Parts: sequence; structure tokens; C-alpha cells
Amino acid sequence: MKKIPLLLVMLFSIVAFSQEKLEEVKVETNKKGIKKSLTMATNTSVVTSKELLKAACCNLAESFETNPSIDVNFSDALTGTKQIKMLGLTSPYIMITEENIPSVRGASQAYGLSFTPGTWVESIQITKGAGSVVNGYESISGQINTELIKPLKDIPFYLNAYGSNDSRFELNTHFNKKISENWATSLYVHSNTRVSKNDMNDDGFLDNPLGNQINIVNRWQYANAKTGWVSFVNFKYMKDEKQTGEIDFDKKRDKLTTNYWGSEINTERFDFTSKIGYVFKDMPYQSIGFQNAFSNHNQESYFGLKQYNIKQQSYYSNLILNSIIDNTKNKFATGLNFTYDKYAEFVNTVNVGRIDNSVGAFFEYTYDNNDKFSFILGGRFDYHNRLGAFVTPRLHVRYNPWEKSAIRFSAGRGKRAANIFAENQQLFGSSRTFSVLNTDGKIYGLNPEIAWNYGLSFTQNFMLFGKSSDVTVDFYRTDFQNQAVVDVMQSPQQVLFYNLNGKSFANSLQVDFNIELKKHLNLRTAYKYYDIATDYISGSFQRPLQAKHRLFGNLEYATHIVDKGRQWKFDFTYNWLGNQQLPNTATNPVNDRMPEFSPSFSVMNTQITRTFSSVFEMYLGGENIGNYRQDKAIVGADNPFGTTFDTSIVYAPVFGRMFYLGLRFKIK
Amino acid sequence: MKNVVIGMMLLFVTLSAQAQDIKSKNAKYDIEVNGNCEMCKKRIEKAAFSVKGVKSADWHIDDHMLHLILNEEKSTITDVKKAVAKVGHDTDEIKATDEEYGKLHGCCLYERKE
Repeated sequence: MKKIPLLLVMLFSIVAFSQEKLEEVKVETNKKGIKKSLTMATNTSVVTSKELLKAACCNLAESFETNPSIDVNFSDALTGTKQIKMLGLTSPYIMITEENIPSVRGASQAYGLSFTPGTWVESIQITKGAGSVVNGYESISGQINTELIKPLKDIPFYLNAYGSNDSRFELNTHFNKKISENWATSLYVHSNTRVSKNDMNDDGFLDNPLGNQINIVNRWQYANAKTGWVSFVNFKYMKDEKQTGEIDFDKKRDKLTTNYWGSEINTERFDFTSKIGYVFKDMPYQSIGFQNAFSNHNQESYFGLKQYNIKQQSYYSNLILNSIIDNTKNKFATGLNFTYDKYAEFVNTVNVGRIDNSVGAFFEYTYDNNDKFSFILGGRFDYHNRLGAFVTPRLHVRYNPWEKSAIRFSAGRGKRAANIFAENQQLFGSSRTFSVLNTDGKIYGLNPEIAWNYGLSFTQNFMLFGKSSDVTVDFYRTDFQNQAVVDVMQSPQQVLFYNLNGKSFANSLQVDFNIELKKHLNLRTAYKYYDIATDYISGSFQRPLQAKHRLFGNLEYATHIVDKGRQWKFDFTYNWLGNQQLPNTATNPVNDRMPEFSPSFSVMNTQITRTFSSVFEMYLGGENIGNYRQDKAIVGADNPFGTTFDTSIVYAPVFGRMFYLGLRFKIK
Repeated sequence: MKNVVIGMMLLFVTLSAQAQDIKSKNAKYDIEVNGNCEMCKKRIEKAAFSVKGVKSADWHIDDHMLHLILNEEKSTITDVKKAVAKVGHDTDEIKATDEEYGKLHGCCLYERKE
């Protein structure tokens, strides 16, 4: 028995190590903003910190606007939070991790991406399709992993300030201290606030919520190449307050009354994560690692007269052994996961709390012939108190048929418990009644969601008129065996949740074409086609608020860096969205109806950065410079306590043109 | 139970006997192998991996060093050098024959050291 703790300690060390090594490779190859490898088995693109500087602002949710693989939705008229989609499926179907620890999960699903400030991020890896089994069974359409800046590679001081004409201000301050050759620590402090009320469309409602956030992280990193030990310890605290609704709403006076319609969403969160890893001496390919994460997430909110409170206490643990069979052409990762989630959740005064726990084991085998062919075959077995005992298989294959090309195939299964209220809380901002039609399932009466995802991708790099170019065609299909259907097609006064009865699938086709028109002048283009249909009670419809056709373009230009690091950078992004199916409002009075489909429209963003030296730069940008706005953002805005009120039907920007200005200062 | 104890003891004895052997299961070698390009890299590593006991083989284009981890119970460093020379790449000790060198792809015809 005494040997068990010893074994555990040994295991911990390995995991941390292998992950560290991966990062080293990434940093060296970061010349492009988005990097795609021809030799990886998974369809992964790496977004570097260089790319992140191109987006206006300011947190993880907003950092995908220059990336065609991820669609950033327009924030709903209420909370101002941007949701992301991958392969046409919303973020609950994406496994979102921070340094390989699941981060946006459960209670944090709606706003979690806005709780990671963009300046903290070193890189983001976006994997389309099934993904790895190492981090869990929940991912269905893809995985997004964020790496934060590593204390041992950080600079002593960094300052970023931002302000925009919608009265949002942000301040990011980073401090770093190298304590010894092997120890370093970073302290990051982020704060943002929106101070004044905006109502550009004169509907009497705020276009963006008032709010403020304070977000602090303290990280410690230990790495010793001689002994092979590495470790990370992170402490995080975040407090976010939002107020929205009618302009005249006064939260002290009008809360939960019918004087004026208003809403507050207040969230407080603590995180503690640790990693420890060991790379075996003389065997750099063998390592063991142990990750632990605790979090406490507490959201208290009301939307008009509706109240919604959720508190999630969560523990996640992952033990990984990485090694080889015979030689480094045959690698494997194996280990154990444990998760515990305690939800104290109240919809109005109804207690819908629950405790979830699961334990699982995984094995993932990677074969790479160091030439044209590789595959990753992974499987895991989990036991979950609500999802039962189940197996999750996943496969990724890569083959290079000829030079500068890659064909990839992936298939895999995902299973998850849908947190229907937390994930759809934008619907609280309406007069809809919430009904769950099933009662015999274990998650709010519903059964777990199960889906299979299959994907095929082809990439070819080539020279076009002497310019370096590449083209990628991706096709993915997700088939739901069961889904927690969110039905807003039945009635504008209701949202129904029920188990899928019939078919539900998501097909997505993406064609990318990128070209370096001349040195420092790059063009990125993409066409995306989505066919996402579900059988609702009232018939089969395309998923609401999803454009069937989308076009994307990004043009970037940078001047040569002249003495002392002076440089200009220009960036322009164009998005066109075709018609979107809108929720059913046909039974409302004529004035409170929306069309069946939204019109098509385009949105343009641009940014200019001036680097004055290697330590100081300023940037100026505009979002939605074409000033396209949705005609009617809120249905029934005249009578928010009436039966037709709905703030959730947002298919286009609510706020018009927005300009911002920011600066970055470093001490190296 | 007795059998288990005896079995365990036997296992220990064998393990320690192996440990006393000078042959390392994870012997590290860095040897010079001549070559030029990505294609050479693939060929050299492929040849190295074809030798039983080679756990890791990584050839660097910049300094022409082949970094090896080798189970010496299964093969020797000379076996690896032979295998690499056989596909046309000169090592510090064992050279490729002119015929084998001649079979290389045009871009792989590195400058030979005498």
C-alpha cells in the first residue's frame, strides 16, 4: 500500500513535462498568425499571440473574429456576450480548455469565454472534429485549448489600455518576476468597465450592458531540465457585474418590479489549478503528469421578474502517462480522469440543483511513420452517475498523397449532460415560459446528448503566379442520436426542451483560400456552408440564428520594421452572412412579428497599429464600420412585461459603428 | 502465496542482474551523418528506425547530427551506422558505397568528406 502514493507522485510529474515540450515546438514556428501543419493527424490550427493582436478586444470570446474556423455570433440584445460556434454548433458542443484543463463548462457556459482576457493568452489551438480523448468525452464538434503566457518566458512588465466610443474601458497590467533559474511567477490584473448608457436604436433599451469586471491571476512555474521536474500553480479570482434592460431602470429602485424592465447578472469565481510533471531521465519520450483543478462559480441574476441563480463547485483531476512502444513512431498516452460537479441551481424559486461525478480511464495510441502517414486512435471508458457507463472511441488519420498536401479523416463520439438553463439563459430575457417536456431522464428530466462526428479535410499548398498560396476544403457531419432540443419554433411565448424525436444533424463545408499577395500582404478568404436541421414538434427546421451561407475575408499588411522596431500594421476583416432562420413569431400581433428569415448583410472591421519602438505601440480600430444594424433588436420592446417581449432574437449587430483606441507598453 | 514471493524474488534477481550489465536500455548517442535536406532526414531516420532497439532517432539538418536513443541489449551503435550507410548516407565511422550514394535523389547528393 505504501507504494501507491509513491507511484502517484511519479505519475504526476510525467504529464506536466510532455505538455511543456509541445509548447516549445509551437513557439518556434510562430511566424504566421494562424499556423496549420501538414503533418499533424488532427485538423488543428494554432492561433498565435500575433494574430490575437489583430482583434479589437479584449477577451477570448472576441479573439476569433479574424479566424474563419470559428463563427462569432452577435451578442444578444441583452447581455452583450458573444457566443462562438464551430461547425455550426454552439460552444456547449465544443470542449474548451485552458492549458488542457476544461474551463468553460456547466455554469460558465454562457459567459465563460469573456472571463479570460486576451492579453493573458499566448496561443490558441483549434481542433475541428472529434478531438482527443485525453481531456474527456464531452467534445462533439471540436476542441479549443488556450495556453496562457508562461511565467518563465514572460517579460517583467506589460501594460495595455483600451477605450472605445461605446464607453468601454479596459486595463491590463502584467507583472513578472524570475525568482531563480527554475522558478518564476506572474501576476496579471485585468479590469474593464462600461460606464455610460447607449441606445443607438432608440428602443428604450441599452444596446450594451453596463458593467465592470475585475480579474486577477497569479501563476507560478517551476521547470528543471536537469531533474526533469516541472510544475504550474495558478490562483484566479474574477468578479463580473452586468446591468442591462431599459435605460430608465434603476437597480436599487426597480429590481424585480414592473416599474421598468431590467436585469443584473453578477458572477464571482475562484479557480485553483495545479500541474506537476516529470520527464524520465534518459527517456525524453516518457513522462508522467498530474493535473488538479478546483473552481467555485457563483452567478446571481434576474431578468425582469425571472430569477436565475447557479452555483457550481467543481473538481477535476487528470493523471497521464506518455510513453512509447518500441520506438517513437509508436506513442501512447494513458491515464485516469475524475470530475465532480455540485450545482446549486434555482430557476425562479424552483430548485433544479444536482451533483454529477464521473471517473474514467483512457488510452490513446499514436502511430507516425515519420513520412506520409499517421493516425491517432483513442478510446476511453467512463462511469458517470447520470450518463451511465459508456465508451468513447475517436480516430484521426492523416495522409500526404503528394507534396505539400494532406488528407485528414476523423470520427468520434461525444456524450454530455446539457445544462439547459445555463446554456440558454439569453432566453430568460423574454416573456417565454420554460417547459421541459420529458420527466424520466436524469438531467432536468432529459436524457444525455449523444452525437457522432465525422470529418474529411484536404489541404494543398502551392504557388499561384509565384505567390505562396494554400487551399483547404473541410467537410464535417455531426449526427445526434439524442439531443436536448431547444425549441423556439413552437410558439413565441414558449421555449420547450425535450429529447430528440427524429433526426438532428449538422453538415458543414468550409473552403479556405489564402495567398501571400506580396511580402507582408496576406489575404485570407473562406466560404462556409451550413446545413443544420432538427426535427422539432412543429416540423423540421434549420437551426435558428444560423446563416446557411457565409463569406469571410481578411487582408493584412505590415510595413518593414525599420530602426528601433518602428512599423505600421493594417488589418481589414469582411464577413457576409446569408439569410438566417428566425424563431417563430408568426402568432404574435403584426407589430411584434419577425420575418421567417433574416435579410443577408455584411459586417466590416478594421484596425491600424503603429509600433513606435519594440516596447511601445498604439492601435486604432473600428468595428462594424459599415454601421449595419438589425432593424428591430427587441420584439415587444414597448411592453416588456407583456406576452411578446423577446430580447433573444438577434441575428445582426445591435450596436452600430464602434471605434476604439488602445496602447501597449512593455518593459523587457 | 509462497509461489508469489518466490516469483517476485526471482524477478528482482533478474532485474538486478540486468542492471549490472553495462548495456544500457536507453543509451544516448549523437553521431554525425552527412546529408542535405528534408528528404535526407526522412531516409536517415527511417533507416535508423529499421534497426531493432532504436527507440528514438532525430536527425538535424543544420548540424548533421543524428540523435539516438538505443536499447543496447538489442543492437549496437555500429548496427545503426551500417543501416544508415546502406541507404547512402556517410556516418563518421561507416561510409556508404559509391553505388549506394549514387542512388540518392538529386537534392540529396551531399558533399562527401574524405
